[in-house]
Amino acid sequence: MKPEYKRVAYYPGCALEGTGHAYNTSTKALGKALGLKLEEVNDWNCCGAMEVKNVDPKVQTYLSSRVMSIAANEMKHSVVMAPCNGCYHNLKKAEYDLAHDEASRETVARISEKAGHEAYQAGQLETIHALDWIKDGVGEEALRARVKKSLKGLKIANYYGCMYTRPRHIFPEKDQGPGSESTLKPRFMDELLAAAGAENVDFPLKTACCGGAHTLSDSDTSTKLVLNILEAAEAAGADVIATECPTCHSGLEMHQVRAEKVLGKKTKVRMLYFTQLLGVALGISPRKLGIHENVSDGLEALKEKGIV
Amino acid sequence: MSEVEARAEAQARDGDGRRVTPLALIEAVLDGNPGREELLQLAEEVLEAWVIARGETPTTETSEGFRLLALHRQGAKGVPSFNACRETCREIAYHFNLLSLSEREGSRESCERPERMMTMLVRHLALFVYGKMEVEGLGEFCCSSRPLRLESPAENREGSSHA
Repeated sequence: MKPEYKRVAYYPGCALEGTGHAYNTSTKALGKALGLKLEEVNDWNCCGAMEVKNVDPKVQTYLSSRVMSIAANEMKHSVVMAPCNGCYHNLKKAEYDLAHDEASRETVARISEKAGHEAYQAGQLETIHALDWIKDGVGEEALRARVKKSLKGLKIANYYGCMYTRPRHIFPEKDQGPGSESTLKPRFMDELLAAAGAENVDFPLKTACCGGAHTLSDSDTSTKLVLNILEAAEAAGADVIATECPTCHSGLEMHQVRAEKVLGKKTKVRMLYFTQLLGVALGISPRKLGIHENVSDGLEALKEKGIV
Repeated sequence: MSEVEARAEAQARDGDGRRVTPLALIEAVLDGNPGREELLQLAEEVLEAWVIARGETPTTETSEGFRLLALHRQGAKGVPSFNACRETCREIAYHFNLLSLSEREGSRESCERPERMMTMLVRHLALFVYGKMEVEGLGEFCCSSRPLRLESPAENREGSSHA
């Protein structure tokens, strides 16, 4: 266990204030129930996401570094937790660039000076995902001991999306043997949900692309990609797809609806954030976990199994 | 005309005469419940299309016993985001091995699920790669795409107004 994960800087990112609101709600509720303290980064900004990165990657590095600078220099944190795969990826990438690229360091120093804050230096912070936070801040044993409503009988396909593990070089802590996360077959979410009693199904598309990047430019391909993920999860026997990224989650939900409307293909599998599933297992009410905000009716799936 | 001949007939050819299988054809074949050998071949054709669209010749080498994995490695050179289909390719290879083992042991019933999964994996690879080709202005998709059917690479370049 890592005691430094008990109190971390929290970077929700833009998505968790919009379509991923339920992920924000459930992450906070879960942290509270597990005795983990979240301190939201003051005056945080967008991580640069795709838009800024496509225009100027170094400005994206600066945007992410500003968030980290506030967390490290103003709030004196040593760990920042980002539940969104996009934010997590961009903060990790900024960390890597600042450690390895002089031009990135110069850009960040120059813009930080203009903006009037201290420039972030590589190594000041550890960036973690919500999965690391629960896995290494609490662990399966402690989680199992707190379970009030086991997820027994619920078959789950764990979907990690493509940004949680890629590119491998920005995640040096992964693939380091027992205890570390795998970039080839991620397992942290599987293990946490298994500790809560769920049955994980063998799901070969757990890191496959959901088409999120071209959901606007080529919606049909995105819909087909999502439909394939949903059908594969159903073929694997899953009742629910567990997610850990707001973009993947809303993509799966919205294209599930679109697949039915446009392609006439109906799928029954439901989407729930892993924080919602763990929260239910800890006895937190579904409303406090924002399950009613989900587009797909996850509550129905939980009721069918007698969990809620 | 046999299915194989029909497929060959429908394959587009680029300026150097290399064959590119259209996505619609790949999807049609996938709908026909193909076996593991054909699925693996289709997956290779998908990656070949990507390699050809980038102006290269698809490798004939293998990696870990699979040409598919060597093709992926070739396709990902200089395009880190192409690694988003790396695990999909590895899962296809894994499912191929699973099916080979089941068939060797004569257990046909245990083939149904992995065969279905392998079909979905190949479909995912095809959708991802052809979607990526469109985003990058490669392939035959819209007015901004590189027209692979044109006679020569020089004409291709002149013909694409805003690729």
